[in-house]
This record gives sequence, structure tokens and C-alpha cells, in this order.
Amino acid sequence: MLGPFDYVLALLGFLAEAYVVVCLCISKNSFRYLSLNIYMLAAVGATVGQDIVLRHFGPASAMYSYVYYYTDALLTISLFFVIMGFYQQVFQQMGAGKYVRMASALLLSATAVFSLAVVHQNRDHLASRFVVEMSQNLYFVGVVLTYLLWGAVVKLRETRTRLIQLVLALGIFFSADAACYALRNLFPGLEANFLKWVPPLAGTFLPLAWAYTFTKIPEDARLETARVASPRMAAHQHS
Amino acid sequence: MIAALICVASVAVLLQFFMAYSRSIIAAYRKSTLSEQVREVVGIEGENVSSDQFRRLVQLIRLCPQKADDRVDLKVVGTYYRMMGVLRSAARTLAPRITAWAEHERADCAYFVAVALDRRIAYSRDLLAQQMSGQ
Repeated sequence: MLGPFDYVLALLGFLAEAYVVVCLCISKNSFRYLSLNIYMLAAVGATVGQDIVLRHFGPASAMYSYVYYYTDALLTISLFFVIMGFYQQVFQQMGAGKYVRMASALLLSATAVFSLAVVHQNRDHLASRFVVEMSQNLYFVGVVLTYLLWGAVVKLRETRTRLIQLVLALGIFFSADAACYALRNLFPGLEANFLKWVPPLAGTFLPLAWAYTFTKIPEDARLETARVASPRMAAHQHS
Repeated sequence: MIAALICVASVAVLLQFFMAYSRSIIAAYRKSTLSEQVREVVGIEGENVSSDQFRRLVQLIRLCPQKADDRVDLKVVGTYYRMMGVLRSAARTLAPRITAWAEHERADCAYFVAVALDRRIAYSRDLLAQQMSGQ
């Protein structure tokens, strides 16, 4: 049964997602952050879709579980394109855009083939433990991709504050979700207590953090990366 | 086994990302210099703010009218300050270098709150001036 806190989180996330799309359109940055814009629109659509299914079938129905987990998986895959968009921005000055596009195409193909194979193999129990394992793996791929991106940001001494904060918020989102799904996999009993709150909280945090960054940080704001990176990474950057 | 590895790696990366996110917020405020008025009110000498003044600064900031744009920053930095407090206490006997680093981070958090207080005082003064000119 969903409580008022679930609805507040869903509403906050929905408003922040819509706000980011409007904010990017008004500031004429829609094309600069195209993949992010598409992701936000897809997230708005997914929230509306999930709400319709919830009203028709109820929160305990298998249909709602299918729609919730599989729209979430599709949104996670679309977030990989947001990461690729960030890679493209980071490597822009090096003229590596072609390689990033190739890597994105390869990543999408590999993810599609792997997902198809895994879903085909587990088609008899798609709404069971399998979905937790799949989400855990998808989010962990996101963690690895974002961590590599953050490494590139530090190594290349990227100074754009907006880009830095967008990447860091994405890293927090992916790692919180990956840790949560891994814990659910290890200790299924913990889900009823506090783990059930982590995905909605992380899902609300990401659009809120991005909305905040687009509102507060101007495009030309700059930041010294060494001040932001953890001491170990910063030391590596200086060496 | 794989789930345990993913869990440990994700928690480690989460902490690292959260630290960097908090530091990116603090770094943006670190560029601002404190006004003489705030120095006098809080009793700050020199360029740095002592980490022990964090709680007092937070109490003072609660007395000022709220500015919508620093609430999230204050919450994030408050969490980071507490995290560094735990790290400082845990590393006190084992790793003095980590203790010193955590203390430096806590002092940066206190500086951040002092700048936020400075901005809120300036904002209150503007509000008062607007009211006076309206009358």
C-alpha cells in the first residue's frame, strides 16, 4: 500500500523533471543537453504511465510490478545515453566525438542483446528475484560508467561547474540505487523496512539536483577540479 | 558473492561522489570573502573560520529570513560536516593525517555557513530598505 510519503516523493520528482525540461527549453539549451532532455521527458511519461496502471490495477498487482520495474530498467538504459552525452562534452575539445558516438552505439547494442538474452532465459519469472538482480546489474553498469566519466573529468581538469555537478548527482543516484538493489539481493528481508525508500528517494534526488544545478549554476561558472576531487584523485591529478 | 561485491563497491563510490558533490558546493562559496560585519558578529579573526563555530553559525543563520537558494546547500553541507565529524573521531588514534584532513574539511564547512550568513544578512538589509522606502 502506498502512503502519503510515496505520493509526495513522486509528485516532487515529477515536478522537478518537468521543470528541467522547461528550464532547458527557456534557456535554449535543449540541444546541448539533448539526451538529458529526452530522459527527463521519458521519466515524466513513465511517472504518468505508472500512475495510470496503479489506479487501474492497484499497487499489489503483478501488472504494476511489471510496469514499475521494466519502465525503470528502460529509463536506466536511457540514462546511459545521458552519460554518453556528458562524455561527449568532456572530450569535445579533444575531437573525440566520433569515438564516443561509436562507443555509445556499441554499448546500446551490447545492452540490448544481453537484456534480450537474459529476459528470454527468465521469461517464466520476470517479476520475481530476477528483476532485482537485473536492476542491480544495470545500476552497477551506470556506476562504472559514471565513475570512469568522473575520472576523465578530474584527469582532463574539466572546470565547468554545471557539468561537474550534473555528473556528481548522477553518480550519487546510480551508486545509491546499485547499493540498494545489491542489499535487497543479499538480504531480501530488509526491503520491507528501509530499502524500499532508497529507489524513490534517489529517483527524486536526481531531477531535484539537476533542476537545482540548471537554476543556480550559470553555464559559464568555473570551478577548480582539484578542490572538488577526493584527496587521492586530486593528488593523482597533480602528479 | 557478486551482489556483495557490487554492494561494497557502490557504497564506496557513493561516499566518494557525495564528498565531491559537497566539496563542489563549498568550493563555490569559498571564492567569497566575508564582510567586516559578519567577522565582528561571529568573532572571526583572519581568513579562516574555526570548525567549532559551525553550530553557532547555523543557529545564527536560523534567525535570519530564509533565502530560497541556499537551503539545499545548507542541508548537504550539514550532512558533510557530520560525516567529517564521524571520520575525525574514528581516525583520531589510528591515522592523524586523516584527522587533520577531516578537521580542515569541517573548517571549510564552517566558512561556507559564514558566507551564507553574510548573504542572508545582506538580504535582510535589502528587505528592510525596501520596506522603509515603501513607507
